[in-house]
Amino acid sequence: MRNDTASANDILNKRPDKIPAVNIIGAGLAGLSAALALARSGISCRLVSPMPSERAQSVMAEGGINAALDTMGENDTAAGHFNDTMNGGVYLADPDAVWALCSNAPETVRMLLALGAALSTENGRPVLRSFGGQKKKRTAYARSSTGKILMTALTDAVRRYEAEGLVQRYSHHRLHSLNIRNGECFGARVLDLHRRVLSDMKGSVILASGGMNGLFPGMTTGSVLNTGDAAALAFVSGAELANPEMIQYHPTTFPISGKRCLVSEAARGEGGRLFIMRNNARWYFMEEKYPELGNLMPRDVVSREIELVRNDKECSGQVCLDMTALDRAVWESRLSDLREECIRYLGRDPAAVPLEVSPGIHYFMGGINVDKAHRTSIARLYAAGECACQYHGANRLGGNSMLGAVFGGQTAAKTAASEIIPDNAGEEEIAGGEELEIMQPAGVPDKAAELLREALGIFRSGEKLESAVQKMQELIDNENDALQRNRMILGKAVLLGALNRKESRGAHTRTDYPERDDAHYRKTTIAVFDGKEIAVSFRDIQSERGEAE
Amino acid sequence: MKYLLDIWRQRDKDTDGSFRTYLYETDSDTVTVASALSELNKRKELADIEGVVSGRIVWECSCMQKKCGACAMLINGKPRLACDARLSDNKSGRLRIEPLRKFPLVADLTVNRQIIFDDLRQMQVWSESDIFADDRNNTVMYEASRCLQCGCCLEVCPNFAVGEKFFGMSAMVPASRLLAGMTGSSFDRLRKQYGKVITDGCGKSLACRNICPAGIDIEGLMARSNAAVLWKWFSKRRSRHDNGNNT
Repeated sequence: MRNDTASANDILNKRPDKIPAVNIIGAGLAGLSAALALARSGISCRLVSPMPSERAQSVMAEGGINAALDTMGENDTAAGHFNDTMNGGVYLADPDAVWALCSNAPETVRMLLALGAALSTENGRPVLRSFGGQKKKRTAYARSSTGKILMTALTDAVRRYEAEGLVQRYSHHRLHSLNIRNGECFGARVLDLHRRVLSDMKGSVILASGGMNGLFPGMTTGSVLNTGDAAALAFVSGAELANPEMIQYHPTTFPISGKRCLVSEAARGEGGRLFIMRNNARWYFMEEKYPELGNLMPRDVVSREIELVRNDKECSGQVCLDMTALDRAVWESRLSDLREECIRYLGRDPAAVPLEVSPGIHYFMGGINVDKAHRTSIARLYAAGECACQYHGANRLGGNSMLGAVFGGQTAAKTAASEIIPDNAGEEEIAGGEELEIMQPAGVPDKAAELLREALGIFRSGEKLESAVQKMQELIDNENDALQRNRMILGKAVLLGALNRKESRGAHTRTDYPERDDAHYRKTTIAVFDGKEIAVSFRDIQSERGEAE
Repeated sequence: MKYLLDIWRQRDKDTDGSFRTYLYETDSDTVTVASALSELNKRKELADIEGVVSGRIVWECSCMQKKCGACAMLINGKPRLACDARLSDNKSGRLRIEPLRKFPLVADLTVNRQIIFDDLRQMQVWSESDIFADDRNNTVMYEASRCLQCGCCLEVCPNFAVGEKFFGMSAMVPASRLLAGMTGSSFDRLRKQYGKVITDGCGKSLACRNICPAGIDIEGLMARSNAAVLWKWFSKRRSRHDNGNNT
């Protein structure tokens, strides 16, 4: 028998010079990226997650990561990436933040390549493919498992610092509460899911906890671990939410038991075509309506068009994605995972027959409000990745989420490192007990889920939203469980964001306000909870890059 | 279709556990064990077929579509991902669902697989210097990146036991990614570790063949890594020998 390695590492980690002053909640791409950046600067941190990195939603990401690497001879530039991202987000994103993202994207991808990330290459250079809303081939990928391949590279890189004690892993730990006093964060209380004990972890906190899937049980393509509870905790503790109403419906998903399965945009990037039957003939509606980008229009546009044609009286049946003309080599080299999923969970081979697809919730552009440096409105509380609102405006482009998570994690880490209070460190076990519930429902109660589902679809109306807000408040008033109450307060903030934004933009389409209204709403929706009420306002954003500098 | 699910229930490692039988009905033939467990946990009152009510079933899941390895468990005695096992695969209508037995139990179907990650750390599966998945080694590094760290291969391995010196295929596969890309002192460091905790301990029983839920070509990766490690070792030894003869 060898020595117990956990004990050995515990001893190693308790060395006085390695007491962490930064706590990262979430061990996906954003959390790992933050941990790596801190460790490379010699700063120790805790990496807290309910399961190891291998179980994070990031491993599910298929499509790719955007960067103007210009390996395809198309004269691509960071400025082109910036323009497409701003345009795709319908000018609701912060241009300075987006420029930082896009101008650093090639370096970000090169950093991942230097970790041995097995992105697809030709002649030693990454191959780039087409993704929606982009005018150049800009998306580096690893067949259809890009997220998994990047996560493996980052996990291996962080492991080295775990052994040095600079990154202290707390897998099977869940955020219980945030220690926030007078607008400042002093640490996090976490629950050990195996030992059923609570610990207070002092220091600043970087939330990297993923999207708000828990508000829409069964409707999202992501992990059931990403409940949105950390965002809910931050919100009820006083942190601002930004653009919570901006919810991306991915146009091509299909239902599997308990959730939705994604058909990656790569399927259309490789030549997949959407059609519906009209007057007994296939109507390739995207190609007819949008001759330039066709099936590769931004996701919000494609999802709306699918909804419209499904309700068109001249059309019949469901929208289908036809991938039968794709080469065998494409299936084998680039879409192998996708094909296997379709066969396993749908019982259909997409290489042989068109697939019925419909929109499903895929990404939350909105979330915890952060500035360019990833600070939230609470001092020493930071957020990165999908739980934060940054980079994507009213609609995220495919390939920008993994980029935003990696770059955002790095940026949050740099900011946190520069604002550390050395005395606020350490850890204290405070309580344990059988009564601590380790199995929680992954989503809001059924009635709340129904309200959110009905009111926050692709097409929204003031009437429905107003009614849902009232009913949600009744559910909140009658809920005794603190966790579900927090989730429903978060849900109400999303409803209020959608109700107050009286225009249509990106992923937010109001049937009663079908036009985009830049004069009033080219602004960030801000929701704040004061302990009783949620206040919603709209905050100006700079119109051009560099104005705020 | 009615299914009887015999599910292992155990409050914690210090209490005795037993199988309890739950009835689950569905019209769909694509329902997985993971979906059934989720549905059972949504019931207001979770009662077995004898009417005994208990708390929610403690089990782990995340992606629900075979990408994360969280839901590994024994299904009819075979280690599988619950999200990959359809109820309808079993024609008898009865399934036995229990935790992996090689790892310390936490509760019900949840085990503590921390040893997998501790072993990777102990084996020093990382690179100090930059490595690149170039055209030559890209396929191998991609394949070796896909390991879910679910533990299914360890469950069936006659040579793996928690705390023993053989770390199993869940360590071999990630190490293969690095060995394929590394050179110099980093390679030498990992090569030595590999020899110690992989090569020396694997009994070549091939029990892990066809068990990987991700379908990773474990044998291919191991053959390649063994060859790289041994060839390097052999070359060095020969080089030392030659140099010794020359001096």
